[in-house]
Amino acid sequence: MTHFDAATAAVQAALDAGARYADARVMHRRHESMSARNGEVERLGQSEDAGIGVRALVGSSWGFYAVPELSDAAARAAGARATEIAAASATVPGRDSGLIPVDGRSGSWASPCEIDPLSVALTDKGDLLVRATETMRANGADLAEADYQIWDTAKWFVSSEGHRVDQRVRECGGGIRATAIGADETQRRSYPSSSGHYGTQGWELVGALDFDAHAARIAQEARELLTAPQCPAGETTLILGGEQMALQIHESVGHAIELDRILGWEAAFAGTSWLDLGQLGSLRYGSELMNVTIDPTIAGALGSFGFDDEGTPAARRDAVREGRWVGVLAGRDSAAVAGLDYAGSVRADGWSRLPMVRMTNVGLEPGPHTLEEMIAATDDGVLMDVNRSWSIDDQRLNFQFGCEIGWEIKKGRRGRMLRNPTYTGIGPLFWRSMDMLSSETFPWGTPDCGKGQPGQVGHTGHPAAPARFTGVRIGVRG
Amino acid sequence: MSADFTGGAEQDLAARTVELVRRAAGPAAQAEVFTDRVAQALTRFANSAIHQNVADTTVTVRLRLHLDGRTVTGSTTVVDEAGLRGLVDRVIAAVRVCPPDPGWPGLTPPAPITAPGRWDEATADASADDRAARVRAFVDAAGGLETAGYCRTRNWSAAFVNSAGQAVTGRTVATAMDGVARGGGADGVARLASGRLADIDGAVLGARAAAKARAGVDPVELPPDRYEVVLEPTAVADVLHNLALWGFNGRMVGERRSFAEPGKPQFDPAITLVDDAAGGLGLPFDFEGTPRTALTLVDAGRTTAVTHDRRTAAGAGTTSTGHAPPADNPWGPAPSNLGLVPAPGPGSAPAEVSGPAVDADTADLVSRVERGLLITDFWYTRVLDPRSLVMTGLTRNGVWLIEDGAVVGPVRNLRFTQSYPQALAPGAVLGLGRRATLLPDSWNPSTWSAPAVRLASWNFTGGASG
Repeated sequence: MTHFDAATAAVQAALDAGARYADARVMHRRHESMSARNGEVERLGQSEDAGIGVRALVGSSWGFYAVPELSDAAARAAGARATEIAAASATVPGRDSGLIPVDGRSGSWASPCEIDPLSVALTDKGDLLVRATETMRANGADLAEADYQIWDTAKWFVSSEGHRVDQRVRECGGGIRATAIGADETQRRSYPSSSGHYGTQGWELVGALDFDAHAARIAQEARELLTAPQCPAGETTLILGGEQMALQIHESVGHAIELDRILGWEAAFAGTSWLDLGQLGSLRYGSELMNVTIDPTIAGALGSFGFDDEGTPAARRDAVREGRWVGVLAGRDSAAVAGLDYAGSVRADGWSRLPMVRMTNVGLEPGPHTLEEMIAATDDGVLMDVNRSWSIDDQRLNFQFGCEIGWEIKKGRRGRMLRNPTYTGIGPLFWRSMDMLSSETFPWGTPDCGKGQPGQVGHTGHPAAPARFTGVRIGVRG
Repeated sequence: MSADFTGGAEQDLAARTVELVRRAAGPAAQAEVFTDRVAQALTRFANSAIHQNVADTTVTVRLRLHLDGRTVTGSTTVVDEAGLRGLVDRVIAAVRVCPPDPGWPGLTPPAPITAPGRWDEATADASADDRAARVRAFVDAAGGLETAGYCRTRNWSAAFVNSAGQAVTGRTVATAMDGVARGGGADGVARLASGRLADIDGAVLGARAAAKARAGVDPVELPPDRYEVVLEPTAVADVLHNLALWGFNGRMVGERRSFAEPGKPQFDPAITLVDDAAGGLGLPFDFEGTPRTALTLVDAGRTTAVTHDRRTAAGAGTTSTGHAPPADNPWGPAPSNLGLVPAPGPGSAPAEVSGPAVDADTADLVSRVERGLLITDFWYTRVLDPRSLVMTGLTRNGVWLIEDGAVVGPVRNLRFTQSYPQALAPGAVLGLGRRATLLPDSWNPSTWSAPAVRLASWNFTGGASG
């Protein structure tokens, strides 16, 4: 029995039990992670999981059931159970809904991969991490950490509308971190970002990160930060590095344009959105420099795929064009409720989880300047980079972000290093104050976006470049 | 469904896996296997209708193998004979080529558990209809306000077997409901965890959430400042969560990244903190097979202990406290069922009262405040510095101004930047409620038990305008 056979059996069983629509997704995933700490490999884990998740629609109500068995009997039982659960949902019904219409599709897709990351020798991987932590320790880090993760995922999707899609997505990446511990506080520097960098690529991505070239620098910077002057408090011109811009995009644009949040489906947990669908196409989100795209077709970026977990083919779409809000992240069910005609942004973090609206690659298109040009054009300001803390309200408006490192800017030159830099603002006001944007874009990949109940961890990509903002409040402290 | 959750099948799987390792790697191999079966079902509602209704059952086998000075962990949900053999083969192949592990603390020796875990047959057998009925009651009790939230049940049985002779089984069942009512731009929340679905009354929770929402309409904006506060149990749960993760975590302590210093009076004498997985809704042993018992971390303001797994315990020259997380969890051994012991008093549930304080226990604390804020919930709290545990975050689901012992009106959400240990420092705790509420974690099976708390000062650093 093939995985397509199991999915087909589950869908048929759901229909036989009374569902008017059903889909099933078989997933098989292998995961490997290793971490090193202070010169020793601390943890090496390898996992495998496989199972089938079935979604059924009865009337306007959904049910979902998942099991780790892929036999014909288990698949059929899961399909029937999903329909039973949907029937229970119908006892507290909502408005009539369904799915935006699409044609059934057949297709296969695989992510690019030059070096199979699971085939690289564990000793080589361990040596890479150990060497980086030893270098950091030798250069002032009290705590030196390095890690990588690899996911190799195969999926088979079948729907009652005729979808039959299989995909293989290989993802990997990693990062290094140096922590210096002082009398009253700790300081940390990370490379290339606070949570590492990941993509839908093979081990070539980790090789290109070149931990050896950056380990000494970040350890020395962490040590220097312990005695650097505090970031001043006040209002100033702020330049953000590309890594922090990726987080800024993720939190204050990506989550805000998720249609399930806009519709109130995440109200009790993840929150809603300040965006009102009635303003789609007209709302001024940011300055005219602001062009944000939703693009799962970017080769090698972490939010890339061939088809989403409803079988919708990957396609690029505008979210913000010249500062105006023009698009959302949607699934077929949320799009139907909202009266939209597109979907394609639904994913689940495993076979046992319901697909939900998820960021793909939500990125800011680059501008005309360089970071050095932006610094040179700034008379008085602060440059901050690499996220340290992130917090934003449940409508995605009021944010306060901390960065690992800052530098003062005086008369067009980068000056002293600053510790504990923070900035705060309101999303649309902040984005409207963006007056310079760099051309130096990079497709940052973050593998740890939490959302949904039961909780799911999403893999998202964020092309981002350094940018400058005016009149920003910085230096908030406890 | 509950007939599958005796732990017997999990013990058989674990024992078979250990035997497979012994045959393949020889008697020198040190192997430990944690096997569990988790069935969770969650009915989620929004816009006053069920919009998501999910269930899954997963059996996982986790193997940790130490051989020739090297350690590897592996896991699988493919638990037929071929799946188990594949897991063992992969882990053995990996352990022969992975780097050395000089910090290996050895296997847990044989030790009995003191209790098998909490179990309620009716909850374990709950159906989608049972959860839907509670959702219906919540929606109806909100009286026309828009509602959103979930009702969930979780059956968890597990076994641990290692090659040193430790073999234990346990099980637990947990349920929770968490919902908001929304109207006039205001949200109110009610949430509760329990070992029995019968304790979850959707109507009571819906009425509480609605009372808060109605009392939260037309809030005013207050200037950022330090305010005296009454934190409801829902907000205190966030404080406990972060104290647990960053403060009493033996790994953080060993690396000098935590404020916690056993032996020192770091908190107000009113504060006693106890972590109790076995007495709560956790399993009676950890992922290394160490039995769990209640552990007092703070006794009348004095830090008395931190939590350890075998590795951090070895580093600290002590023994494991039974807080080992899954081997692939990088956070270290943190409390996961932390409770703030309430003030002495009647153990029965306080009476429901009208208005945003919703229960007599919280209303009593409010009545003693000259000027301050009643806080329902914290949201998106993040660490600015782990050593001082300075956090930033926002209020959510209701803030009210208190003057002369009475709630005088709603306030818009505020951002804070506050050291949690400092907020609970000697002299800072002005009162505790007399009954703790058991609250679910939003992300994992942890639970937090807390009464309402009155604190002298909380540092708000921004309002809704930024």
